Amino acid sequence: MSALDHSAAATATKAATPARRRRRRQRWLPYLLSLPALLVTVWIVIPFFTAIYYSMLRYRLSLPQLKGFVGLDNYLNFLTDGRFWYTVQVSLLYTVLTVVIELVLGLGIAILLQRSTRFNNLAAMLLLLPLMVAPALAALMWKLMTNPNFGVLSYLVGLAGLTDFRWASDPSTALFTVILVDVWVYTPFIMVLLLAGLRSLPKQPFEAAALDGVPKTFVFFRITLPMLMPYILTASLFRMLESIQQFDIVYAMTQGGPGNTLTVFQVESYLQFFQFTNVGRSAALLMVLWAITYFLSNVFVKNWLRLRERAQGVAAE
Amino acid sequence: MQHMSTGERLLRGVLITLALIFFLFPIFWILLMSFQTNADILRIPPSLFFTPTLDNYVALITGELKTASGVLKLAFMQNLFNSFILSTASVALSLVLAVPAAYAFARYKFRFSEDIAFTLLSFKFAPPLLVLLPLTIYFQQIGLANTYIGLIWVYQLITLPLILWIVRGYFEDISPDIEHAYRIAGHSWAKMFFRISIPLARPGIAAAALLSFIFAWNNFVFALVLASADKQPVTVGALAFVTASGIQYGQIAAAVVISIAPTLALALFAQRYLVEGLSLGAVKG
Repeated sequence: MSALDHSAAATATKAATPARRRRRRQRWLPYLLSLPALLVTVWIVIPFFTAIYYSMLRYRLSLPQLKGFVGLDNYLNFLTDGRFWYTVQVSLLYTVLTVVIELVLGLGIAILLQRSTRFNNLAAMLLLLPLMVAPALAALMWKLMTNPNFGVLSYLVGLAGLTDFRWASDPSTALFTVILVDVWVYTPFIMVLLLAGLRSLPKQPFEAAALDGVPKTFVFFRITLPMLMPYILTASLFRMLESIQQFDIVYAMTQGGPGNTLTVFQVESYLQFFQFTNVGRSAALLMVLWAITYFLSNVFVKNWLRLRERAQGVAAE
Repeated sequence: MQHMSTGERLLRGVLITLALIFFLFPIFWILLMSFQTNADILRIPPSLFFTPTLDNYVALITGELKTASGVLKLAFMQNLFNSFILSTASVALSLVLAVPAAYAFARYKFRFSEDIAFTLLSFKFAPPLLVLLPLTIYFQQIGLANTYIGLIWVYQLITLPLILWIVRGYFEDISPDIEHAYRIAGHSWAKMFFRISIPLARPGIAAAALLSFIFAWNNFVFALVLASADKQPVTVGALAFVTASGIQYGQIAAAVVISIAPTLALALFAQRYLVEGLSLGAVKG
C-alpha cells in the first residue's frame, strides 16, 4: 500500500476532489493492470470443466449413438483395468528413474564445477545446451543416432558386443532409451540450479571445516548436502511435475510403442482420444494425472516460495 | 575450498570431460550428419572424415528435393516461418499483458492479488492435453482451428506465466522510492511507469522475453494437436520428416540443426539470465 499512500498524501494537500478521484482511480489501478493478463488466460477453465464433464461420459467419437452420462464409471473401471494400472506403473517408473538419475548426475557435475574458474564456467555454459533443444527434437536426434542401420550409437554398442541392441524399437530397452533422452535434456536443468545453489552457500562453515581438517566426505554429507537440500528439493519437485507429464520425448521417439510399452499418462490419453476416439476414457485419465500434478505443484510452490524469499534476501544484502 | 591433490585434479578433469562428451556429442554428431550424403551416413563404420556437402540444406531452403523418381516438395521453410511467427507474436503479446500485471503484483497488495498470481502460475503446471483435447472441439466450432491467432492465444499459457513471475521478481527488487520521488515531482502514473519502472526492470524483461521465446519455440504438443501441416512449427514439422517417403537422413539432420540453432544461439548469448529465469527467480544466478 505504501506506493498509494505516499502519492495520495502528497496530492491531498492540493485539493480535496481531484485527490479523491485520484485515490479512487488508484484503488482500481492494480486490477486494471492485472486483469488483461487474467482474461487472456482464464478461459482455460472452460476446456478444463469440459474435460471434467467428458470424463463422466460414455463418449466414443466412433459410436456417437452410445453417448451418455455415466457418472464415475470411467474412474471406477480404472480400478480393475490392467491397461490403466500399466500406465500408472510406467509413468511412475519413468518419473522416479529420470528424477533420481538426473539428480545424481546433476549434483555430481555441479560439485565438479563448483569453483568459479574460467574453464568451469565455460563447461557449465556448454553443458546447458541440451536443455535448449526442444525435447521432441532431442528425441529425433537420438532416433537418428540409434537407427539400427546407420546409427552411430548402434555401431558403438555393437563394438562392445551388443550386436542386436535395438534401443527404442525393442520393448525391453524402450524405456531405457527414452529415459536416456530425458536425462540428456534435463540433467543440465538440475545441474545449473544446484550449481547456483552451491555457489550461493555461505563460505564460513567450509573454511572452518578445512581449518579443523574435517574429512571431505564428512563435509559433503554433514554440511554441503544439508545446506543444499532446499535447492535439491525444489529442483526435483519441479522435475517430477514435468516428468510425470512427459509427452514430447516419448511420443516423438515411439508414439507409445513398441506395442503399448511406453503408454505414459499423456501419451496414453492422446492415443485414447485420437486412435481409439474414446473421449470419456481419455478425459478421465487426464483428470487422474491432473490430481497428481495438482498435489505435486502445491508442494512445489510452497518450497519454491520459501527459496525465492531467501534468494531475494541474499540479493538484497 | 580445500587444497586439491594432483590425482584429484586429474579425476575431476576426466569426469568433466566425460560429461562434456555425453552432453555435446549428440549435437556434434547431428551437425556432422547434416553435411553428409546418404552414402556417407550409411557407411559402416561411421567416419569423421568425409567430403562435406551443402545439398541437404539447399534442398530444405529451396523446398525441392530432386530424387531419382522426380522432384519432392519440402515445406520446411514454412515450418520455420511458423515457428518464428508463433514464438515472436506470443512473446510480444505476453509482454504487453504480463509486464503491467507483474508490476501490479509486485507493488500493490490488493484483494485476491496472490490468488490471481497463483492461478496464472498454476496454468504452467496443468497437463497440457487436459486443456488441448476439449479445445480441439471448441476451436472447430468457433473457427479458430488451425489459425495463427488461435495458436498464439493458446501459447499464452506457456509464455505469460513465465514472464509474469520473472518480471514480478525484478520489480520487487527495485526500490519504490525513486518512483515516489518522480511522482511527487508532479508526473502522472503512466509517465512514471514508462519512464522509470520499465527501464529499471529492462534486464528482467529481456531475460523473461528470451526464455519464454525459447519455451514457445520448443513447444511441440500444442501445435501437434491444434494445427495442420501449413501452421505447424519446426518441432512438429521435423518429426513429420521421419515418416515422409523419399526424405534422406541428411535432410532430417539438417532440419534438426536449423530448428535448434536459434535457441542454442539465444542461450549462449543470454546465458547469465537463464539460471534465474529457469527457476522463476528461486535461485539467483
